[in-house]
Amino acid sequence: MSLYRVGAAAADAGGLVRIPFMLPTLCAGFPSPAEDFIEGALELPRWLVPNPPATFIWRVRGWCMKGAGIHDEDLAVVDRSLSPSSGAVVVAVVGGEMSLKRLVMTGNRLSLTFDNPEMDEEFALEDLEEGLLWGVLLFSVRWHHVKARASLVR
Amino acid sequence: MSRAIALIDGNSFYCSCERVFDPKLTGVPVIVLSNNDGCAIARTAEAKALGIKMGEPYFKIRDLCRRQKVRVFSSNYALYGDMSARANTVYRQFAPDVEIYSIDESFLDLSDVRERDRVALARDLRSTVRQWTGLPTCVGIGPTKTLAKLANHIAKTIPELGGVCDLSDEAERAAWMVGISVGEVWGIGRASLARLTAMGVDTVADLRDLDPRPARQSLTVVGERIIHELRGRACLPLEIVPARRKGCAVTRSFSSRITERTVLEQAVAAHATRLGEKLRRDGLAVSAVTVFYHTSEHDRGDPMRAVSKVVHLPEATNDSRHLIQAALHGVAKTWREQGPTPWRYSKAGLVTKDLVPLDGAPRPLFGALDREKSGALMAAMDACNSRFGRGAVVPARAGLVEKRTWSTKFEMRSPRFTTRLSEVPRVFAAQ
Repeated sequence: MSLYRVGAAAADAGGLVRIPFMLPTLCAGFPSPAEDFIEGALELPRWLVPNPPATFIWRVRGWCMKGAGIHDEDLAVVDRSLSPSSGAVVVAVVGGEMSLKRLVMTGNRLSLTFDNPEMDEEFALEDLEEGLLWGVLLFSVRWHHVKARASLVR
Repeated sequence: MSRAIALIDGNSFYCSCERVFDPKLTGVPVIVLSNNDGCAIARTAEAKALGIKMGEPYFKIRDLCRRQKVRVFSSNYALYGDMSARANTVYRQFAPDVEIYSIDESFLDLSDVRERDRVALARDLRSTVRQWTGLPTCVGIGPTKTLAKLANHIAKTIPELGGVCDLSDEAERAAWMVGISVGEVWGIGRASLARLTAMGVDTVADLRDLDPRPARQSLTVVGERIIHELRGRACLPLEIVPARRKGCAVTRSFSSRITERTVLEQAVAAHATRLGEKLRRDGLAVSAVTVFYHTSEHDRGDPMRAVSKVVHLPEATNDSRHLIQAALHGVAKTWREQGPTPWRYSKAGLVTKDLVPLDGAPRPLFGALDREKSGALMAAMDACNSRFGRGAVVPARAGLVEKRTWSTKFEMRSPRFTTRLSEVPRVFAAQ
């Protein structure tokens, strides 16, 4: 299994080439002021992330998506290039905050709901303007070993 | 097929990177400050409307920012670098030949795209970048780089164009040029602007109509080239393969002035460590380094001193320890004991040129450094720092990162959202 980096230039079709996170070369114009601050990027296996430039990692806070199998402290891997469909778990702006919700389409109406059997509040999305829907959840990550998580998530 | 170059750049790029992860920043004024939180180097439209100028010192606008609730950030280069890499990945899917001009500007070769399809492609690119990365951009298209840059300026200033402007058509181009000040042309700096104004050249059209040959006298070869480029004759090729690194520098302004030798030594050693990392990443090495440190030109009335010293190494190396030794030697040779009014140093750095590939560098007959052991040790150190975060393992002389009192200040930096697992943004699944 080859590793590659989220945010890295996409590898060739075989996915075997690991391209550095940012080319350590001179720009013809201005040298990147970021160069001294470049970090090792977050790494994920290629088959998990079909579209690296559009993939971002979030940390989940709260239990409202428990019914979807997403717990507090899990990592949510979000692909912004995916188009949302009914039933998708999405990151959306609700009340000025980033929120993880399930998208429900009933006819023409789009709404966002929790997914926790113990709660059943529903948020209606009045209008879906640009920027309100941040991205679609691709998968989530949970460490089942507490010590291992502590050492990995520094 | 006619030649076509597109210039795509991020709108208020650093600010836009911050906005991607925080919805509360939408619609409010946002600025990003330079190193040590010195000057405003990126401003959103809302911040510009408040009269905040490019490069304005932060201390001058601090009150304004507080009054107007401007959101102020230190530079988060880890984030901006990653977002820039993402954007360029998207660009390459639309046009394989990309020249990364700066962290937020890239030239794309669209010559193979049919003329009537170019604007549609640019619109598609723009909306894809927006959708995938969250970054707003503008695209300018023209037969030369200078015209692409001009088109980009038009796309930025005229909202009705929807972020895309194509100057491929000569008549259309001419119409725009009459109305744009010559100062907006790429490569026309303040000095040439004054000279042009004196010559009666006010608009881009005036500059284009200058006779290039005589113009060379007053505007140099660069000016002559600009005139040709404005006429649609390309003089600047797309630099798709970046030039090989010839020199390398690590320089930093201190967060506060340094008067003690031990502190300066630590700073210089830390710079040498960083220099080693940069060289090793590219497989390069140096056989000499220039160490410099100086007082600030802003401290008028204080004693001034600027020091620069070339130190030669026994052979080309990229071992941080040898570079530190050389750097400290440079300080030892130049340090002067402080008197009653001390020199207050504001900046130090290491500069190198004549980089050579480590593998090809000649070995000395006597006094050769132990390259094998050194390589293994440095590789282990780099591996630790890549795994556990930069600064996890440092040479003792460079000091622990947390204890460097002189480090460049980034006090209002947002989290490194995309490069550190411990700093990824939070999404709420809560009531």
